Amino acid sequence: MGAGHAHRMYRHGHSPVHRLPPHCKLAATFAFVLVVVATPREAYGAFAGYAALLVAVAAVARVPFGFLLRRLLIEIPFVLFAFLLPFFANGERTEVLGVSLSVPGLLGAWNILAKGTLGVAASVLLASTTELRELLLGLQRLRMPPLLVQIASFMIRYADVITAEMGRMRIARESRGFTARGVRQWGVLAKSAGALFIRSYERGERVHLAMVSRGYAGTMPVIDEVTATRAQWATAVALPAAALAVCLMGWWTL
Amino acid sequence: MTTVDADAARTGTPAGASAAAPDAGSLSVEGLAFAYPDGHQALFGVDLAVGRGERVAILGPNGAGKTTLVLHLNGILGGGRGTVRVGGLPVEKKNLKEIRRRVGIVFQDPDDQLFMPTVREDVAFGPATTGLRGEELAARVGKALGQVGMAEFADRPPHHLSFGQRRRVAVATVLAMEPEILVLDEPSSNLDPAARRELADILRSLDVTTLMVTHDLPYALELCPRSVVLSEGVVAADGPTQALLCDDTLMSEHRLELPFGFDPRSVVVPAR
Repeated sequence: MGAGHAHRMYRHGHSPVHRLPPHCKLAATFAFVLVVVATPREAYGAFAGYAALLVAVAAVARVPFGFLLRRLLIEIPFVLFAFLLPFFANGERTEVLGVSLSVPGLLGAWNILAKGTLGVAASVLLASTTELRELLLGLQRLRMPPLLVQIASFMIRYADVITAEMGRMRIARESRGFTARGVRQWGVLAKSAGALFIRSYERGERVHLAMVSRGYAGTMPVIDEVTATRAQWATAVALPAAALAVCLMGWWTL
Repeated sequence: MTTVDADAARTGTPAGASAAAPDAGSLSVEGLAFAYPDGHQALFGVDLAVGRGERVAILGPNGAGKTTLVLHLNGILGGGRGTVRVGGLPVEKKNLKEIRRRVGIVFQDPDDQLFMPTVREDVAFGPATTGLRGEELAARVGKALGQVGMAEFADRPPHHLSFGQRRRVAVATVLAMEPEILVLDEPSSNLDPAARRELADILRSLDVTTLMVTHDLPYALELCPRSVVLSEGVVAADGPTQALLCDDTLMSEHRLELPFGFDPRSVVVPAR
């Protein structure tokens, strides 16, 4: 698969990480995140250890750090309020560069920031080495409820179709002299959104008709069965296992 | 109903197929009438018999009942009067699974038809619902994609294909079910002339009974030796396509119009 027809998060490659079966990678990422979350926030060394582990995975996967860091920016809106904690939290206070900050607040902010960043970094690594379709197959293999997998699958398939439809509606609006300048134009935009919803709903009905016409009776047939060897599982488990070791060390040295 | 030399219309049937077993046609519709729940009656007694291997165009103005008829062929709609049989099997609730395998409908918008993440999975969907797995399934998918010349696109997501390619993949999705009858809803719509010709070449190369609902009269003439005019819920005419298109009275009575400058009399229709 070339870059032209893959999703934006995916980075094409042939590394050992790319080759691992998707459900192994999903399970490994999830376990890694659980271990990170279970680490006490004062075990600063452990977090450095986790970061080192992810750097190692990125190196093996040949994902450039610049790429990884840019994708990490997605985290910012979610951790914004963490930056406010040191200013507004109660408890013992300390002076940093003449500003009074709360110590529990600082710790809380660090906790959210460190764990959040590690979790997002692990997910970004997963997404950049696994195609969306494979992720779905992996989720299916991990016995995620089929309905949720189907919804995700249709979302991926039709996101572009609906975006294109939205684009055509925008062009049609603007071709007739409409520009969204302020609150007064929101009514028009809301109606467009409503029309888009109805069009998508009707498309859903047509898609269902096409599915029924080809024998769909409520369950998606399994077309691709993903399998993993013991060696592949062992490779995938290496990350959460190493993380667990780091975590235990963290608890022990506390 | 004007019957314009119905025998001549069947010259497209493979030799012996209709002579040996006249009752084992691909499709037989008898006295089909249907009204929608809102009371709007769309079909008023449609009779239609299609022999194995025939290619038949269904012509008619908008609102003539063409789509309603098509949705009866695989039992999406039903409950009205009359019967539909596909390869001898009546379209009834208990046969629906087999009927839907036998009747392959290619809908007008390929984005409705192609709903799986990749072309290969989409083509595999139909045969997989009938229980095919593994090697057999892969072979079926490969064959169907080969028939429409799309084998090298198997791992692409459908939305990265051109419209013409998507239409061809849509045809492959039903071919993979090895249908008794292929039903195409406006196959040439939105295609550029090259894609239109490519699709015609593919349809001509297939050895399957084909029913083609279309407004594209030159396309019907090019591909279908026989045409049926559906108008106001009944079959208004049934005969060789060229003869129907040359019948000016019939054409104007049923709001059928040829494109500017097109004279069906001047066309030498290719044999099959």
